[in-house]
Amino acid sequence: MTTPDLDASPDGPASARWVEAALREHDAQAASEATRFEHRGSPQPLPGTVREELVLERIDRARRARPRVKEDRITMSHGAGGKATQTLIEALFLDAFRNPVLEPLEDAARLHVNGARVAMTTDSYVVSPLFFPGGDIGDLAVNGTVNDLSMAGATPLFLSAGFILEEGFPVADLARIAASMQAAARQAGVQVVTGDTKVVQKGKADGCYINTAGIGVIEHSINLGVAQARPGDVIMVSGPIGDHGITIMLARGELDIEADIYSDTAPLNGLVADLLAAAPGLHALRDATRGGVATILNEIATAAGVGVVVSEDDIPVRAVVRGASELLGIDPMYVACEGRLVAVVSPEYADNALAALRAHPLGAQAAVIGTVTAEPPGIVQLKTAFGGTRIVDLLVGDPLPRIC
Amino acid sequence: MCLGIPGEVIEFLPDQPDLARVDVSGVRRVINVGLLVDEKVEPGDWVLIHVGFALSKIDEDEAAAALQFLEGIGQAYEDELAALAESRIE
Amino acid sequence: MKFVDEFRDADKAHALAARIAALCEPGRQYKLMEVCGGHTHTIYKHGLEDYLPEQVTLVHGPGCPVCVIPMGRVDDAMALASDPDVIMTSFGDMMRVPGSNGSFFDAKARGTDIRMVYSPLDSLKIARQNPDKRVVFMAIGFETTAPSTAMTVLRAAAEGLTNFSIFCNHVTIIPAIKAILDSPDLRLDGFIGPGHVSTVIGCRPYEFIARDYGKPVVVAGFEPLDILQSIYMLMLQLANGQATIENQYSRVVPWDGNAVALRAIGQTMELRPYFEWRGLGFISHSALKVRDSYARFDAENLFPVPGVRVADPKACQCGEVLKGVLKPWECKVFGTACTPETPIGTCMVSPEGACAAYYNYGRLTRHRVREATTS
Repeated sequence: MTTPDLDASPDGPASARWVEAALREHDAQAASEATRFEHRGSPQPLPGTVREELVLERIDRARRARPRVKEDRITMSHGAGGKATQTLIEALFLDAFRNPVLEPLEDAARLHVNGARVAMTTDSYVVSPLFFPGGDIGDLAVNGTVNDLSMAGATPLFLSAGFILEEGFPVADLARIAASMQAAARQAGVQVVTGDTKVVQKGKADGCYINTAGIGVIEHSINLGVAQARPGDVIMVSGPIGDHGITIMLARGELDIEADIYSDTAPLNGLVADLLAAAPGLHALRDATRGGVATILNEIATAAGVGVVVSEDDIPVRAVVRGASELLGIDPMYVACEGRLVAVVSPEYADNALAALRAHPLGAQAAVIGTVTAEPPGIVQLKTAFGGTRIVDLLVGDPLPRIC
Repeated sequence: MCLGIPGEVIEFLPDQPDLARVDVSGVRRVINVGLLVDEKVEPGDWVLIHVGFALSKIDEDEAAAALQFLEGIGQAYEDELAALAESRIE
Repeated sequence: MKFVDEFRDADKAHALAARIAALCEPGRQYKLMEVCGGHTHTIYKHGLEDYLPEQVTLVHGPGCPVCVIPMGRVDDAMALASDPDVIMTSFGDMMRVPGSNGSFFDAKARGTDIRMVYSPLDSLKIARQNPDKRVVFMAIGFETTAPSTAMTVLRAAAEGLTNFSIFCNHVTIIPAIKAILDSPDLRLDGFIGPGHVSTVIGCRPYEFIARDYGKPVVVAGFEPLDILQSIYMLMLQLANGQATIENQYSRVVPWDGNAVALRAIGQTMELRPYFEWRGLGFISHSALKVRDSYARFDAENLFPVPGVRVADPKACQCGEVLKGVLKPWECKVFGTACTPETPIGTCMVSPEGACAAYYNYGRLTRHRVREATTS
């Protein structure tokens, strides 16, 4: 290979400053590690497997390091629900607001108010398009908040609804959204009791943004949280995954793909109530929204310091979701759902829990997908349909269609 | 770039001979079949789809042969396993 | 899914794995290179390496056309996109590749009009819908994708579109394979040939590998059974001391390739005298540019392109990983300074890159995995 002298600048080829900075930081880190581990140094080259272990340990240490937001501007990755979102929450928000109620970073905060146990949650809805097969931003807003409360084991009661409207947004559309919200609220048995309206100039707010907050009461003594997962626990999902995310991706119209697919948005409080009644050994509940089932599995593994092993064959995915995912090169495990939950149940109650889910219309296709293991902690593994194994890591950015 | 996925040709677009609607597991998209202009592509044929183009017509005979080879391997394996299970040295 | 599920059958995999193991000579190590990013992805996504005996190692070659684009070219693309009249269109794979000043993703955050497309034809649609803007399509890929870009240019010409052009970064696979073979530290026994590239170029172009270098090549499909079967076929050749070209993916790959596709490429594009590949340096006649007769669709002709070379950092060992000399975790910066979120070199830049695939999917020593999943 010849290297023609093509350098545009007289000083030679430029090099990316951010790379040099990253490498300097890495060298400094390695140097400080070296002084700490000097006594372990061995002059002989280590056998392959042992070397690989050391590198993996180095990676684990790097991943456990204090989260820091490296970017100086927010990108779409920060909203995707994966690594960047988590880093932003931990490094910026948790840092700013730090208090014990916030720390668990669950879907809803658990509060004690004058002796009553109350759950509180908030969510913002910025979906585009606003109207899609299976629902609209209104249903999403109500169901999403109802579900976050349900995941805390709370009975959802009251919602607030704040609207940020773009100048020029059709009033008829707003009426349609409000009607959807009322229908969803009625179905879930909650009421919208307070709200707010703001209008911003044309070009902002994509038509309509909605923020909802909700409160509910916790009327049982089961302590739910991803940190409660224990080795031996059974992991189950309430139905086929990926429907909502794929629906939205296709509904945006840019990909010119048509399919018989619609969002799975639904209120899960009825399903959760049945589950709680049937399985006191329930340890955790999460709804699989942004980031999909894969993100939740990682949250479980990290929060509880356990391993998670799931089996690809057992994860329900509709044929059409699979087809669209294959076509676009996306993994359904990372695609958002809006009406599915992941439950972690102690083994004695697993059968009851599954039966309770399946008895409810929203859980008819519930399935056991895996188990919690002691080792390796913090790692989620998938037994592929093909029989091999691989890791399921947190997503870096949005699941983008790939061509390669 | 490698992501090519098999899809079934459903129909050609009436006014555009270059374009066909394909189906992948219930997902439908219009793709350009211009690269297969030398072959006879008909509804019901399967093609390999890559970035909105059909790159190749899938040869069903070759596919069947490939599967047969794999079945053979699988069967031979099963037979061997069975033989292993049945044979006793003691 | 037809033509997919049948090739993902676990039972047949065990059978093939047993045969592969039986073909291993005691004490001999086998290194097989798979050249295609799609193969890397399948291997890791399905955990295929679990089926291979310890003696057989798969090495991931430079077949990821996203990974091999030098940072300077990414910077050039960003410069094009930053023109307020330009709408840049790109495949999803390219969106997160970092240049000196961030990626397309980051540029989008700063307000640059960059839109993701599934097909180059979608760019034409955008061009028709935005006559006051100039659409530039970031054309990347090997010979698999070049015909689609070519057909798009031909269509644009037929429609008389005046606001569409491509920034051509198509690369060709044979020179890259030859560069690997000519490398002094090469230690490979055979090649798993790129399945979809071969759909276009056919199987003949690989004949020099067997003839001049004595290495067998099996052109492989992308389902896990395809790859396992191809490995089996390679091992069979090696056991018999053979070196020929075989086509495992015959249901899709015609031995002579796709003449229409090659004609479309030939009509609209020609080889550049040389092109820089990240990690491999300059390789002659390894990339395509738009022909003069289609210069009105060539972004490099229509717009000022900075053309600054950005060097790979010295600490980056991608070149050695691409050639199979180093495994991903043997690179000094793997997993620490260089991660999928902060990729420094080509192997981490795209999810199909060897380091990214290993980091995202394969990142556990085999015995730890077996411990956890067989309990």
